[in-house]
Amino acid sequence: MISFAFYALTALLFAAALLVILSRSPISSVLWMVVAFFAITGHYVLLNAQFLVAVNLIVYAGAIMVLFIYVIMLLNLNKSSQHKASVMARLAGIVSGGLLLTVLVAALRRSSEAAVGDLAQVGQTSMVGLVKPLGLALFRDFLVPFELSSVLFLAALVGAVALGKKGGVD
Amino acid sequence: MGAITLNHYIFLATALFSVGVAGVLIRRNILIILMSIELMLNAVNILLAATSAFKGDSDGQVFVFFIMLVAAAEIAAGLAILTMIYRNSRSIDINHYRNLKG
Repeated sequence: MISFAFYALTALLFAAALLVILSRSPISSVLWMVVAFFAITGHYVLLNAQFLVAVNLIVYAGAIMVLFIYVIMLLNLNKSSQHKASVMARLAGIVSGGLLLTVLVAALRRSSEAAVGDLAQVGQTSMVGLVKPLGLALFRDFLVPFELSSVLFLAALVGAVALGKKGGVD
Repeated sequence: MGAITLNHYIFLATALFSVGVAGVLIRRNILIILMSIELMLNAVNILLAATSAFKGDSDGQVFVFFIMLVAAAEIAAGLAILTMIYRNSRSIDINHYRNLKG
């Protein structure tokens, strides 16, 4: 049952990911990206990573995708791009991606050391994904990076507003 | 169907990362390229979360949280740059951005 859910979510994830990079209009790419994020959230459910389930839905499927849709709407970008890459460039891109996949799979094929545990047990017994252990780790071991990331967020916010303002940065 | 081990997640993340790389290489639309970068970041997220759950160590999932923060900041700044360039050149095709060569 668990493995069936894993394979079903994986198939949905890859179908959605391929449609993101292949579909003609940007808005359907964004909508397939939302489907991909839901499949990824399903994977987090299987891993019993409850905090990541919530954060993934809110941050990715909620905030980031809404940002994409707003930009498409505001700039009226939904006409499919007239200037496609040349056939050679697309072929080279697909071959490069496939070669990367081949090399990585060949390099990782023998990682039998990683074959510990079973998702059916891990999904039942894993407690590391709950809010309490993650909160303890975040505010005890990773407190300084957490505070620094808030500064990064502030900088990104100020930068986005300064860039998006009419009249430029000066 | 056998048991799902960590190896399954390694290959899942590898394949998803490759889809993202192919998307960056074959598309000329900046929005799609940004989304392909998101796909790559999410491949890493899945791998970190799976490793953390299988090994029983919560540090990996904390790093997923940080990656999400960085991705949100990156998308906010990237889309602001996109709108600014679109106002200047009326295009989101990266072939038109040759003037960035300086």
